[in-house]
Amino acid sequence: MASGSETLKRTPLHDRHAAAGARLVPFAGWEMPVQYAGIREEHVAVREHVGVFDVSHMGEIETSGPGAEAFLQRILSNDVGRIAEDGAQYSVLCKDDGGVLDDLFTYRLGPDRFLTVTNASNHEKDLAWFKQHAADHDVTVEDRVHDYAMLAVQGPEARALVEQLTEGELPRRFRTATLTVAGAENVLVAGTGYTGEDGVELLLAPEHATAVWDALTSRGATPVGLGARDTLRLEVCFHLYGNDLCEDRGPIEAGLGWCCKEDTDFIGAAAIRAARADGTAEQLVPFVLTGPGIARQGNPVVDGGEVTSGTLSPCLGQGIGLAYLPAGRTEPGTMFEIDVRGKQRPAEVREKPLYRKEG
Amino acid sequence: MAEASYPSDLKYHPEHDWARIEGDTATLGITWYAQEQLGEVVFFDPPAVGTEVSKDQPYTEVESVKAVSDVVAPLSGEIVEVNETLGDTPEQINEDPYGAGWMVKVRLSNVDEVEQLMDSSAYEGTLT
Repeated sequence: MASGSETLKRTPLHDRHAAAGARLVPFAGWEMPVQYAGIREEHVAVREHVGVFDVSHMGEIETSGPGAEAFLQRILSNDVGRIAEDGAQYSVLCKDDGGVLDDLFTYRLGPDRFLTVTNASNHEKDLAWFKQHAADHDVTVEDRVHDYAMLAVQGPEARALVEQLTEGELPRRFRTATLTVAGAENVLVAGTGYTGEDGVELLLAPEHATAVWDALTSRGATPVGLGARDTLRLEVCFHLYGNDLCEDRGPIEAGLGWCCKEDTDFIGAAAIRAARADGTAEQLVPFVLTGPGIARQGNPVVDGGEVTSGTLSPCLGQGIGLAYLPAGRTEPGTMFEIDVRGKQRPAEVREKPLYRKEG
Repeated sequence: MAEASYPSDLKYHPEHDWARIEGDTATLGITWYAQEQLGEVVFFDPPAVGTEVSKDQPYTEVESVKAVSDVVAPLSGEIVEVNETLGDTPEQINEDPYGAGWMVKVRLSNVDEVEQLMDSSAYEGTLT
């Protein structure tokens, strides 16, 4: 982790952010735009039209070689064998006790070649973990963080916008394609995102980032900062590492059992199999505040549990979040109270997602 | 309010609060700079009338989408009135920070504290 005295890293789009009036803040060692015009306005732009996010702080690890699939199968929770050529898959990286080191997207670039996208705050830790466990396999693990900028183009108009700039067909959801976008060659286009909207993510050479950014924004994509990225993901209940996931909690209690395939015998599988069979003391659930107020990360739940993410939902106009609650109190409709800085605020467990587009 | 402004009839605290002094009563709020830094205010839960506030200590909170921020009292006293309308329309803190966005009125317990506050030009000087 970066300390305060360390120089913050800048993405290739730093000048664009500054020119667009972004508020830049330190985030996991990077100087990143938290907002431009305003979180609510940016949030609505993604829900109704199209927004573009600079997520170049995300890390990339490339794993290649004859043993690449077997190696990733050993360290990633999901069934890596099921990632099709040009496919994408979500998984968690676990310790032997099942604690979550990171949550990751892995793209198959070829039969024996994969690219895994890490959270910026975990990148060095993940890289060390990959390298440590690679010793027993015929693989090469490479840090590719400096080789990629990453843009997310999200919203109901995202595909149409990117299509205008692209030679070739965009990949479907959870698929990838290597395409030329706005003149930039060899862009890895993935049908993935973190907003609950349709769209793509673009992994591209850093020197092409400004040209692609300019092409997107000049055609109407709204620049969106990390502030709205957080409200968008929370409305659709996507996890954020460091909030909803940590090394002290496993994927079963986090509601990520769906991406754990214990039969693949990945590191942590035994602990996760036991947690799945025996249940966990707490379970992560989505909630809304039924009255005024906004719960925040770290707020305790009265009678046990804690809020791990909380914000005001721009689409719902009320406080929402994710909280770990004791088993037995996690059914949708269950009422509970959150201690929001000394005030007890009533809340209700909900189904995920908290926000769903009408129609 | 799109343009920065710091009215000359107000007194200012370095934690970006203003006070409008009328006899032994002061109306309190946050400055244009403070609301700009916060971003869009989405929640304000007014403190209770009768609460004692102490100079330089937090007396209430404002919330943007992203974060909660303490509001520091520029002067000491007892809250005698609160701006209840901010409960429904907290955006007034952004749109009209020195008018409709006022937060509380306080009966001052030590009028001499006013001497420690800055005038508008001194406060603006701290912002650059």
